[in-house]
Amino acid sequence: MQTKTQQVNKYYLKTKRMFLGMQGTDGLLYKLLIYGLLVGIGFVYLYPLLYMGVYSFKSLDDLLNPLVNWIPTQFYTGNYEQANKVLNFFSTLMETLYVTVLPALAQTAVAAVVGYGLARFDFRGKKIMFVLVLATFIIPPQVTLIPRYIFFNELNILGSLSAFLLPATFGQGLNSAIFILIFYQFFRAVPKALEEAAQLDGAGHFRIFFTIALPMALPAIIISFLFSFVWYWNETYLAAIYFGDALTTLPLQLQKFVATYQQMFPAEMGVSGGNQLNEGIKMAGTVLSILPLLIVYFITQRWFVEGVDRSGITGE
Amino acid sequence: MKRLGNNRNLTGLLFVSPWILGFLIFTAFPLLYSLFLSFQEVKITTDGIKTNFVSFGNYEYAFSVDGTFVDRVLTYLEEMVISVPIIIVFSLIIALLLNQKIKFRGLFRTIFFLPVIIASGPVIKELIDQGITTIPSIEQYAIYQALNDNPDGFFNGILLYLIKNLIVILWYSGVQILIFLAALQKMDKQIFEAAKIDGASNWEFFWKITLPSLKPMIIVNLIYTIVTYSVFSLNPIIEHIQKNMFKVDTGYGYASALSWIYFLIIAAALSIAVGVMTVKRKKKYT
Repeated sequence: MQTKTQQVNKYYLKTKRMFLGMQGTDGLLYKLLIYGLLVGIGFVYLYPLLYMGVYSFKSLDDLLNPLVNWIPTQFYTGNYEQANKVLNFFSTLMETLYVTVLPALAQTAVAAVVGYGLARFDFRGKKIMFVLVLATFIIPPQVTLIPRYIFFNELNILGSLSAFLLPATFGQGLNSAIFILIFYQFFRAVPKALEEAAQLDGAGHFRIFFTIALPMALPAIIISFLFSFVWYWNETYLAAIYFGDALTTLPLQLQKFVATYQQMFPAEMGVSGGNQLNEGIKMAGTVLSILPLLIVYFITQRWFVEGVDRSGITGE
Repeated sequence: MKRLGNNRNLTGLLFVSPWILGFLIFTAFPLLYSLFLSFQEVKITTDGIKTNFVSFGNYEYAFSVDGTFVDRVLTYLEEMVISVPIIIVFSLIIALLLNQKIKFRGLFRTIFFLPVIIASGPVIKELIDQGITTIPSIEQYAIYQALNDNPDGFFNGILLYLIKNLIVILWYSGVQILIFLAALQKMDKQIFEAAKIDGASNWEFFWKITLPSLKPMIIVNLIYTIVTYSVFSLNPIIEHIQKNMFKVDTGYGYASALSWIYFLIIAAALSIAVGVMTVKRKKKYT
């Protein structure tokens, strides 16, 4: 009899251990809860992407057919052909890269230099400057927008890349303060020993910066560039005002997608369907305008994710 | 020795000089100029810009005549008070989940950082317009209908706003998750082990060790959330300012005044938020 209760007890303990775990973090229930939450919330983020992707492949018949929900009956690429025409995809893409990559590069470079200066040197007014750097982050761009607009107009650089590039080169680009802080934290966390050794060997400050500090800062450089790139890519408000009609970007084209479409394919009176703008075409346009960014993200996500740990975003 | 010190001083200044120069030209001067414009009536003529001093006229106009602006500011504040804590709590939960030892961690992280890329651009607006970002078929549930029938109550209003915008709110928490996660990974594992030996449960460990050590990051995220929420280009107040900028009867002067009012509101909101966080902190530790 005793052996039987012991055995039951043993099984009871075993199952309990399986479900609740030894320490509270490795039980089955706990795991179920965590994975449930992760999958559930992950679905919230993936759902719009899936929806976008599926709808962009739906032909008009599929869109109208209430039975066709997630799987289109045929692989229909007509939406993309039309969206491609409306967005003028390849030339717009090139233009977008032109107005995002260059300012992002300039901004990263200058943030590295300024962050290094703040982290490694003491000079008068450093504290004030620090406060000012932080202050530039909370100033809404709208406050400085009008004077900058007038100023750029006088310099005659409205409608050219300089309107983005110039502020970026002087550390006043989009969210420049964040990048300066990233580099500041990074350089502060790096031990000084190597640089001091180089100094004893007679290397100047600039040489130390370029040959020792900068190569070490690679994680910070990558993450700054990626964020800078993404933010410049998605910037439509300033881009619309500074560039006017001279330069355009994919997100800007997406904003006036409906208007452009109606201009290119005027709706024929009395004929329904045919040339009408439908959800499928709109979704195809949306996919096209976010696709390059997504591709970059999926290629570089390793650095996004791991670079965060190493670039010292959070400081010490 | 002193000469060397001076030398370092100068080199340091040289390193930060691009920023100082840029700050003076592209930030400080425009800031002052827009302050100046906000007290003027600005007319753009063929010979350039003509200004006419109107004292606080623009500011008075904003609060007395321009109903849209006041209206939008009030909704903005109300929505911010609701959304910001949710974003912070939610991103903290996600960061804690992602910090566990789980399978497919890389895959999950890739998915959870997606908002960083999408939510800052016009694509999110396209998605909101298409209604993809609301909870599907929520309108059919009894609770929603009950709330919708009497939307006047304070809590009903909040709940309704939440139901309608929950997913959009979740979309704004990309960078915040990233910051929390980075902070969590920097935490010393030894503290955890020591606490374990002393018999602390996970629950206690979270409230007594993890959360207090994340306090600075919570403040950082608070600032970041409020700022991005405020300067986001789809924000109705910003649309309003932009509209006024190119209006003939109001123009640059009035738009400048509006943006200054807005700036002061953001600054006030920030200092209140940070103030509340730090006061609480002092109470706890003294």
